[in-house]
Amino acid sequence: MNWQTYFIEFSYLLASILFILGLKGLSHPETAKRGMHLAEFGMLMAIIGTLMHFEIISYTWIIVGLLLGSTLGAAMGVWVPMTAMPQRTALSHAFGAFAAALVGIAEYYSYTHGFKPLADLDHVKMGAMGFEIMLGSLTTTGSLIAFGKLQGLVPGQPLVYRGQNIFNMTLLTVTVGLFIYLIFVPTAVIPFYVMLGLAFLFGVLLVMPIGSADMPVVMSLLNSYAGLASAATGFVLGNNVLIIAGTLDGFSGFILSILMCRAMNRSITNVLFGAFGSAATAAAGSGEQGVMREVGLEDVAVQMAYAGKVIFVPGYGLATAQAQHAVRELANVLESRGVTVKYGIHPVAGRMPGHMNVLLAEANVPYSQLYELEQINPEFPTTDVAVVIGANDVVNPDARDNPSSPIAGMPILEVDHAKSVVVLKRGQGKGFSGLENPLFFKPVTGMLYGDAKDTLTKLVGAVQHA
Amino acid sequence: MNTNTISILLLEGSGAMTGAAVIAALYVFALAAFLGYQVISRVPPLLHTPLMSATNAISGISLVGSIVIAGGTGPHHSKVAMILGFIAVVCSTTNVVGGFVITDRMLRMFKRKETKK
Repeated sequence: MNWQTYFIEFSYLLASILFILGLKGLSHPETAKRGMHLAEFGMLMAIIGTLMHFEIISYTWIIVGLLLGSTLGAAMGVWVPMTAMPQRTALSHAFGAFAAALVGIAEYYSYTHGFKPLADLDHVKMGAMGFEIMLGSLTTTGSLIAFGKLQGLVPGQPLVYRGQNIFNMTLLTVTVGLFIYLIFVPTAVIPFYVMLGLAFLFGVLLVMPIGSADMPVVMSLLNSYAGLASAATGFVLGNNVLIIAGTLDGFSGFILSILMCRAMNRSITNVLFGAFGSAATAAAGSGEQGVMREVGLEDVAVQMAYAGKVIFVPGYGLATAQAQHAVRELANVLESRGVTVKYGIHPVAGRMPGHMNVLLAEANVPYSQLYELEQINPEFPTTDVAVVIGANDVVNPDARDNPSSPIAGMPILEVDHAKSVVVLKRGQGKGFSGLENPLFFKPVTGMLYGDAKDTLTKLVGAVQHA
Repeated sequence: MNTNTISILLLEGSGAMTGAAVIAALYVFALAAFLGYQVISRVPPLLHTPLMSATNAISGISLVGSIVIAGGTGPHHSKVAMILGFIAVVCSTTNVVGGFVITDRMLRMFKRKETKK
């Protein structure tokens, strides 16, 4: 081995170790920043190492690519608002998966067009390459659709039609069939490009029928696929650091998918093929359950001002209304009056794992006030006012009380155990899943209609004068 | 895994993988999966969004594969592969830089106690 090769391999080894240490740092907010700096340093070393590679003849396009990518990435990193985190993440899954797919296609092209010896394209290599390309392509289009749904470019409601699952399964079977055929006959160029096209199409069709409320699962799953596509790239190129980093990403996404599914008491198959929130499941709602009690702003303000403990329960509505800073202001006013303020965060609140935590942290809420489901539920019976902001299904008591409900068994934040519940809601409409929420009809619950940000800001003033 | 296997694995730039190298790569994959599971299951839900953007940035390491493809010219590399490699470099770099910048930005917001502005 020449010295360049040693240098490159050592830079990769160092990067692998630093990546793992970086992720280890994420086990606590105090160590997370330092961990990320280690990972960043590892990445830099790996890139510098790679630039030493003996096969590189021209640096022009590499440098243009690096500059262009850095500019795009930095611009996105600096200007994307925290409320748009899910969209940005979906887009980055698409980019990562697309890069993996392109590397695979470039390799395949080089082999089949005489730039590399065709004899080297054996079954194992074709297997890894096919896997990389298939997974990469479907994740690219799938993530783009997810991005479109989150950004509001594509309707968020599930798009369903008759025979959808059968059609999708057939498409997947044909794609995988072509992939297996290619492992045995790597030189079959036309089946290769057909597989590529079908994989792109399958990605679209896979995500279209999934409703926005299920996005946390879909995001995690696409995260996992993008990672595994990168790991497969490692197998194709015989590069260990790619295998390690891709596998870490893949498993992180996988673990998150499982956590998100558990938080909704559903299986991954059910999320992918159940088309939750469609007309069929909405019909299962139990209909009218009495009258909702509307409360006045002043009453709520007085109630909160003289409370001992207030718990805020945020949902996706908090993000759409950009109300995180207004919540913080209200909490400030309450705390200055001696009220204990806490936040209860459901794992699937929002559109991606941890979405609500980031939003509240942005508004300067200390993380010691953010509580997980299991920690906060025992506190509701001693809570004077539970304030639900733009959340619906995660506080739906039907999940606990009604075994025939479509969300039965889903762990919920038990706000109905609080002495009083205030629900901030835009209007009388149903939640995203189209389910009726019995919480809204309970005697303990008061409804406060209007834009969440607007309402909270008014509450700040009202509490100050209470 | 003997040293020969490792050196074969290390030396493979973009050539075919031998049987031994594939087995060694599977070892790496299995160990990384195990380690990943251990490390990532300790990340609290509080940091799940930064986790996702961090792993995203890290898996942008596929950049190193794209760089080699985008930079190769001469008899053994094709123009088509170079163009695809170039696009892959742009995509991966965007993920690496964007991912790390945004992860840093998020982590800076997480504070134990309130700080006065």
